Order: sequence, then structure tokens, then C-alpha cells
Amino acid sequence: MANRIKIKKGLQIPLLGTAEETVRGTVKSEFVRICPEDFHGITPKLAVRVDDTVKAGTALFYEKNHPDMRFASPVSGVVTAIERGEKRRILHIVVKADDSTQYEDFGAKEVASLSGEEVKRTILDAGIWFLIKQRPYDVVALPDKEPRDIFVTGFDSAPLAPSYDFLLKEKEADFQAGLDALAKLTPGKVYLSVSNKTSFNGLREAKNVVITEFEGPHPAGNVGVQINHIKPVNRGEVVWTLNAPDVAIIGRLFNKGVVDLTRTVALTGSEVKQTGYYNMVIGTELKSIFAQNVTEGISLRFISGNPLTGRKIDANGELRAYDSQVTVIPEGDDVHEAFGWASFSPKRYSAGATYFSHRKNYRLDARLMGGPRAIIVSNEYDKVFPMDIYPEQLIKAIIAFNIDKMEQLGIYEVAPEDFALCEFVDTSKLELQRIVRAGLDLLRKEME
Amino acid sequence: MKALRKYLDKIKPNFEEGGKLHWLYSTYDAFETFLFVPNTTSRSGVHIHDARDSKRTMIVVIIALLPALLVGMYNVGLQHYMSLGLEASLLTKFIYGFLAVLPQIVVSYVVGLGIEFAIAQVRKEEVAEGFLVTGILIPMIVPVDTPLWMIAVATAFAVIFAKEVFGGTGYNIFNVALITRAFLFFSYPSKMSGDQVWVRTADTFGMGKGTVIDAYSGATPLGQIATTDAASFGEFTFQGITGQPLSISDMFFGFIPGSVGEVSTFAILLGALLLIATGVGSWKTMLSVFLGGLVSVLLVNLFAQNAIMEMPVHYHFLLGGFAFGAVFMATDPVTSARTEKGKWIYGFLIGMLAITIRVFNPGYPEGMMLAILFMNAFAPLIDFYVIDGNIKRRMKRAAVAKTGQQQ
Repeated sequence: MANRIKIKKGLQIPLLGTAEETVRGTVKSEFVRICPEDFHGITPKLAVRVDDTVKAGTALFYEKNHPDMRFASPVSGVVTAIERGEKRRILHIVVKADDSTQYEDFGAKEVASLSGEEVKRTILDAGIWFLIKQRPYDVVALPDKEPRDIFVTGFDSAPLAPSYDFLLKEKEADFQAGLDALAKLTPGKVYLSVSNKTSFNGLREAKNVVITEFEGPHPAGNVGVQINHIKPVNRGEVVWTLNAPDVAIIGRLFNKGVVDLTRTVALTGSEVKQTGYYNMVIGTELKSIFAQNVTEGISLRFISGNPLTGRKIDANGELRAYDSQVTVIPEGDDVHEAFGWASFSPKRYSAGATYFSHRKNYRLDARLMGGPRAIIVSNEYDKVFPMDIYPEQLIKAIIAFNIDKMEQLGIYEVAPEDFALCEFVDTSKLELQRIVRAGLDLLRKEME
Repeated sequence: MKALRKYLDKIKPNFEEGGKLHWLYSTYDAFETFLFVPNTTSRSGVHIHDARDSKRTMIVVIIALLPALLVGMYNVGLQHYMSLGLEASLLTKFIYGFLAVLPQIVVSYVVGLGIEFAIAQVRKEEVAEGFLVTGILIPMIVPVDTPLWMIAVATAFAVIFAKEVFGGTGYNIFNVALITRAFLFFSYPSKMSGDQVWVRTADTFGMGKGTVIDAYSGATPLGQIATTDAASFGEFTFQGITGQPLSISDMFFGFIPGSVGEVSTFAILLGALLLIATGVGSWKTMLSVFLGGLVSVLLVNLFAQNAIMEMPVHYHFLLGGFAFGAVFMATDPVTSARTEKGKWIYGFLIGMLAITIRVFNPGYPEGMMLAILFMNAFAPLIDFYVIDGNIKRRMKRAAVAKTGQQQ
């Protein structure tokens, strides 16, 4: 029987718009757009030029300091544009997709017969190394440093998040192969976390891993929280982290010999008329699933990811690299609510008790619902931060650029996503995830 | 509301960058956000936000203060008419008290908010809401007869030197309302203590004229026991301003001389319930102040040498500013300890110190103000040690992991 860990702190934000568990089809867009920005911590160097022909699995770009870390094209076709921003930073690499995808053949391999080095080489060559992230710093894992352990989260507890049970359906073999491959990459263990609600056998009965069962509200599904409860990261140690659907993509590489970056994506949010799941590769333009399927007449916010950690995209935006969820909520910039501070409106949601709770689920928009202030209220972050870390003090150390204090207070164990709920409940409306990101980047620059 | 919104939208350009009235932007923003929830949406990080903001938090505290304020106002009238030996209806008493306290509230808000608005403007920041609470606290913790100009001077001093020089709301070390009181206490002691200041005997706007009766004495119960000749508590009785004995229920409901807000323990407890139910005030801090008080009173009782040392614990809690300080002052999140463990220590020490000052220092019949200010200074130190425990645990874990690796 798996170890059980019960998490008490946290918050399940009751939002409208959970995806109905039905696959509504496969989405193909004419163009596929990859943003190197999604892969935090790397410096992209182009491997293709405009008009080059690529297959699914051909490298589009690589990491400047680790040329063997490639980033695969999810489709076959022709590179039509390299969009650049300030200082020639690459914003998008646009590939015009063929009607039927040609795959680069990497050859199916039996994981059991491979060495760790061969497994690593295979994943790097195939250009899907980016699926593995590391702590500290929450960046794409550096292949040259061996991780103490590898942590895989088997459920997503974020608001409106898709059920991994559903995403992994019929992918047991790929998922298991992925876990076996990961086991070769670390001298330590591979830890898989499942939720008490997980019913999928591929997760519950996965082999070659240490399974821990978590019970509790979000952020119980955050891998950072799980690491903190299972075996915290210490200074000088590195662990790698993944989520279960990405493990299946790695497994598919070994089982089939191809890079298939197809994700099952949940379309969620209060403004979506018909929610559900769609199959698509990363970088797919989403306008076809938004068309005629979202509330009209009000200003909307489109998010690739969940409402807490997702990225803002526009109605023509694309599925970003790490996301299995797309959310549409009201933007709220056209709303003028009088005397909000005195309101007892049942539309307002608060985790605290300064409002009555009225309904089961809420339709929340993207307003800050207040102005930015200094940190005033105490014990607010702690209530939604189930780690053995003082979040407020860590945030203050980061704001003060106090590197010693950041280390002492446990910055190596956290990622911006761990602070998402703190940012949600924050009375002072501070951009905590941005602050944590800046702190991690600063520390990484100082340390490496 | 729509017309108002339209009007705001019309005048807004004047206050924006390049507008004629840009130097008043913070002021405009303060009023606009007071009327309408700002519709700025998130640019980074989470896309949805909790509906609770700083304004909501402060308004809850103000509502929690209202029962104590209203009962306090009534009591001002009650004590006034008693001192004159006149009969008056409940409403008359309340109106008298309301009129006596209102100018103090107005002065404290005008001076404090004026400074806050001006400084926010200079810093190009939004106006923080902290003073909305401070401004109502100040008239509640000073004697009703404090001259308005003193309140103005003390408020200005406290807002500038206890808050704004540190960076404004959220950065101050000491509770601003208590600094105001401390400033008054040490600068104008004759108006802040003694027998003459706790009951307003003069008329207010022509209301309640009369002459004070002969048996009148305006000493507070704590003042009485601090100066009594009685050898033991058994021989001592608390007296009202006309010499009548005071019952426990007088003390609980607040019909005794004292500062406006602190007299009614009942009303303060109502406020405490609201603060705890909404999670705005920390029940841990409140409870630990009372626990600290309890422990030290029991200790003092054990070695009692005189009447005040013998005074049982419930009198300590009912009289003076103990309950008010525990509920509304010690729980100020900015100046209190910020860690949960720290709050227990912080509150406990406030309770102990307040009783110690009351019992052993004849110069100060009330110890709450000084106890809280003193612990404000030590709150960061308490937090430091609480957090240091966490840091040490982490360092130890890292060291163990390191030696484990080397073996």
C-alpha cells in the first residue's frame, strides 16, 4: 500500500466551467507556433531557417550552452517565419503543418536493455528533454548533473484542471515505459504521487516507482509540495520533476520511436459554451475551438493553462508547451462595480470570511479586485502554502535581494507555481509569482 | 451610479499624466476606488483574485469598533448627566456623547488623512487605507475632554514620525494610534490622567449645561485603586463619579469613567467576535494576551501586599484598556508578531507586562499602552527566533544529506 500524506492547508477555488470528460475531436491548425519562452532557463539558438522542411521530431532550436539539448518540432512541414521581439529575442517559430504528419524515426527501443546514458541521449536527440524540469530554480533540467531523485506528479489539483486519469487513458504502456526510462536517469528513486481520488490503474499500480498518495486541496498536486513532504531538496542537491502526461510522451518515444507531442487538452472556464477535451499537438492555434464556443459581447481572457499559473494568450493564441488545459474567463475590464468594499454580492468569492459564501461555483474575472499595497495581513499566505517554509518571509527576502536569507528560508524548494494560491488570496494584490521567478533567476545567475 | 461613473470618466483625463490636475492623482484614485472597484486586470501571475482587498479588511475592523464606540458615546452622556445630577433620556445622553466625540473623530481623520493623501501624492502611490482604522481608534483611546488641538498635533506627529518615515502603512514598527496616545500622555500629562479628564462636565454645543454636584469625583476605577489607602482589596470598593458603588455589570457594560472606547467590555467582545469570525483579527493574539494577564494576576495575587495586588483577575480584564488593547491594538497585523507561534509569545508577554505595569508602577494606573508599544518593538525579535527554528531545521537537514552523500 502506498504511503498516504494528508494535506490540510490549501484552497480549492470553486470555479464554473469544469471540462466534461468527453473527447470532442482532434484539432489541427494550418500553422503551429512554438515559443522558446515557454522553456524557462534556456537560451535558444536556431537550428532551422525560414523555408526549411522539418519532420515531427526535427530540432527547431537548441540550448546555447548545451547544444545537445534540442527542441523538437511537433509537426512536419515548412518553417514559414521566425518572429522576433526586442533585442532579436525569438518570440515564435512558425511551422506550416503538412496534412499528414511525417515523423522523424528514432527507432523503437526496449528501455530495459538501455543504460542511463543511452536513455538520456535518446531523449535529448529526440528533442523532448524539455519535458523534464529541475529544482532548484524550476527550469528545464540540465542534463549534465545527475539528479538525487525524480518526482512525477500523477494528478493536477489546480482549479478546473483536467483529470490525469482521463488524459492517460489507454496510455498505460507509454506511461510505464516513461517511468522505466526515468528510473535509469537517477541513482535515487522515482517518486510518483497520486491523489486519493486517482482510480486509474496505470497510475495506482505503476511499477519501478515509489508511490505516495496525497489527499487534500490544491496545491496538493504541485510537485513542489509533494517533494517537500516526501524528501525536501537541500542546498546543492538537484531533483527532476515531471507530470504524468509528459512521462507518457517520453514513453511513447521509446515504444514507437517517434516524437509525438500530442496532448489531450481540456477546454475549461466559465465562458466556454461547450467544454470538453481535444487532442492537439503543442503549438496548435486555438481559434477553431474558441470560435462560436465562447460568450460573446464581453471582453474575455484566454489562458493557456489553468487560471492560477497559465499564460495569457489571445483569441488567436496557441497551446503552450507544458499545458494540458485551456481556460476562458471574463476579462472584467468592462465592469464597474460600485462600493465593492461594502458588497455582499453573491458573485464575489473570497477564501476568507469577510464575505458570506453563497454559491457552489463562481464565475471569476481577471480583475485584481483591489489596489497593490504593502504586505499588511499576516498568516494569509501560510494558510494556502502547505510546505515547511515561511512564505511571507521568503517573499520579503526576495524583494530585498537577500541571497543568504533566500537560501536559508528554502528558495531551492519552491517554484513560482507554489505561490499561485498565495497570490490569489493576497489582500495586498502583489505579483508573488513574478517576484519568486525573479528571485530564482537572480539566484541562478549568482550560483552558476 | 451610472451618471457618477460617467462623470468620473469625464474628469479622469485631468488627473492622468499630462493633465492639469495630475498632482492630485492619488487623491482622485482614492475616491474613485472608494466608489468603484478598480477594473485593472492581472498582467502577470494568477488570472483570478480573491475579492478581499485592503479596503474590505479595514472596513471590517471599523465595523468591529462601532459597538464600543457607540456604547462609549452613550457613556460619555451618562457620566455627564450623572455628574450634573440631572435626569436625561437615553437618547439625550447618546446625542450628548455623540456631539462630544464627533469633533475628535473629525479632527483625527482630517489631520491624519490629509497627511496620508499628501504623502501618497508625493510618493506617487495609491492612498493606503490603514489610517481609516487609526483615525477612529485615536478618539476612542483618549479622555473625552482632550482638547482638539492636542489631538491634531499628536495625530500629525504619529502619522509622520511613527508611520510615514518608515514607509507608510505596512512598514511601521509601532502602532500609530498608540503612538498618538503616548505622545499625548508624555507631552500633556495633566490632560491625560488624573481625576478631571475622564468625564466631560462642560456643555457640548450648548447641550447639557449645569453645575457639577458636590459629591462628584471623576477618578477612574483603576485610578482609585492605584491611590487607595485601603490595606486590602476586601476593604476597598470601586466608586462611580457620584460616590455610588460600581457593580461588575457596570464595568462589563461600560458605565464607568474612562476613555471612550475602552469602557464597555461587552461591546469590545462583540467586536472581537466579528474580528475572529471574519479572520481579520487573530484569535491567537487575543487569547494569549488574556492568558498572559491571567497568569501574572494569579502570580501577583499569590504574593499580594496591598489592595491592587489582591485585585482579582476579572477586575483587571474589565477595567481600563486591557480588553480594548487585546482585541484592537495587539492584533494590528503590521506591528504584531507575524508568525503564528510568535503571536502566542507576543500576546502572552503583552498581557504579563500590562498587569506588571498596572500593579507595580504607581505612576501609570494603566499599563496596556506601554505594554503593547514595548512588545511592538520586540515583535520582530520574536519572529526572528521563530523563523530561525525553521532555518536551523533546514540547515541541519542539508548537513545530514551532505554527510550521507560522502559516506
